[in-house]
Amino acid sequence: MADEPFDAEAYVDAAAKLIGLPLDPAHRPGVVLNLERIAQMAALVMAFDLPEETEPAPVYTP
Amino acid sequence: MTLATLDALSAAAAVRSGAAGAVEIAEAVLAHIEARNPALNAFTAVTAERALAEAAAIDGRRARGEALGPLAGAPFAVKNLFDIEGLTTLAGSKIDAERPPASADSFIGRKLTEAGAILFGALNMDEYAYGFTTENTHYGAAHNPHDLAHSAGGSSGGSGAAVAGGLVTIALASDTNGSIRVPSSFCGTFGLKPTYGRLSRAGTRPFVASLDHLGPLARTVGDLAASYDAMQGADPNDPAQAARPVELTLPPLEQGASGLRIAIAGGHFAGSGIAAEAVATVAKALGVTRVVEIPEAARARAAAYVITPSEGADLHFADLKSRAADFDPMTRDRFLAGALVPAVWVQRAQRFRRWYRERVMELFREVDILIAPATPCRAPKIGQETIEIDGVTVPARPFIGVYTQPLSFIGLPIVAAPLRQPGALPIAVQIIAAPWREDLALRVARVLERDGVTNAEPALA
Repeated sequence: MADEPFDAEAYVDAAAKLIGLPLDPAHRPGVVLNLERIAQMAALVMAFDLPEETEPAPVYTP
Repeated sequence: MTLATLDALSAAAAVRSGAAGAVEIAEAVLAHIEARNPALNAFTAVTAERALAEAAAIDGRRARGEALGPLAGAPFAVKNLFDIEGLTTLAGSKIDAERPPASADSFIGRKLTEAGAILFGALNMDEYAYGFTTENTHYGAAHNPHDLAHSAGGSSGGSGAAVAGGLVTIALASDTNGSIRVPSSFCGTFGLKPTYGRLSRAGTRPFVASLDHLGPLARTVGDLAASYDAMQGADPNDPAQAARPVELTLPPLEQGASGLRIAIAGGHFAGSGIAAEAVATVAKALGVTRVVEIPEAARARAAAYVITPSEGADLHFADLKSRAADFDPMTRDRFLAGALVPAVWVQRAQRFRRWYRERVMELFREVDILIAPATPCRAPKIGQETIEIDGVTVPARPFIGVYTQPLSFIGLPIVAAPLRQPGALPIAVQIIAAPWREDLALRVARVLERDGVTNAEPALA
């Protein structure tokens, strides 16, 4: 995670614009709240010292 | 027990012996659904005509002396994200109601029908399976048969309510983060979430491909095993299905638990409240005192929590862009947020899954079965915003899956086994086995059932 505190409001506005996702102002507070919750969870995951040889486990079979 | 509320294997035995006709059972089931469903709101569609036709076909086969399937005449229903031929698959949404009717049944629904089970309809759920309470704004909440003011759990709340209310013997459901085990716990039914990749998911509406599983809820362990056995089989239409032979679980079901190395899951799964009491009751009954820690389980839950909205949002991205207001307010903001999750978080969560899987596999060299709570609480009231876990008040909906998420994350097979104290709502424990050892989890659940530790009696009024 970034060293600066995660600014969910600014991120939501910028990222939604970038991917062409219109956000109804009425929905925006709930989206920000949920992204904050996800960011807290992500912080736990990102803080873990994972060996670089650990690959994901995809099921893709060519 | 009336004809309507026999368990599946007993119904099939009655049909085989001629003690009851399949049509006679189907009519009793339809009458029971008509009487009880308005209060439960478990069904979103009842396929009465089809049920009676299938039942008549079974009675016809018996009259002609033809062989009957192992579940002949047993009533079942499916969460409404399973395709049913001729019906539109809603997946709990208003948006999907605009889709054309399904052209065929789901793979595992078809397997149950081939085994003689009779389909009675589609069951209520959280929109697109994203929730633990089935408080569906479009179709209404599913109500807990043991106390109508309480949630039936989710996302397969209709499945839990239908089985616990005695409306059907078996309900099929999906489980991405706990959606079979949570309703089993809140409604007091048995539930089986098989190993990831075991049962084909073809013909069902996906939610999170990395984590989606399908399985049954039932009131007896025998019905879980019999339906699970009937639903196995290779299907090229699920690319995540593993190449495993059919491994039957009903034949060894009575082999008991002696010789199995059973331990209690500590650490993340240890607590002080009602969930811990349920685990202690089961551990005492099995004579288990050993505690082992599943390493980094809290982080595993966090990783599942990151992957879920991201994969889910991708599936619904076009609708999120063009018609977000048509989503259920209970799921909408989480899907919208999911569309914005940075890729590096999701990739790291997927890599963490591999690391965590390897640590847990090491643990399964020393144990055969782990016991953990299924939910941190009994069923909250419908509309309840917070729950208490170990004395701390937390938002209800994100925390109900705190014990289920770290385990489905790596696809372990799990039986939810329900307990009930007099005058209280049920709560279940998770009986967790190594991948592909559904048989062991079911055997341990059967011991608990046989010894009267579990209680999955239906709530009929």
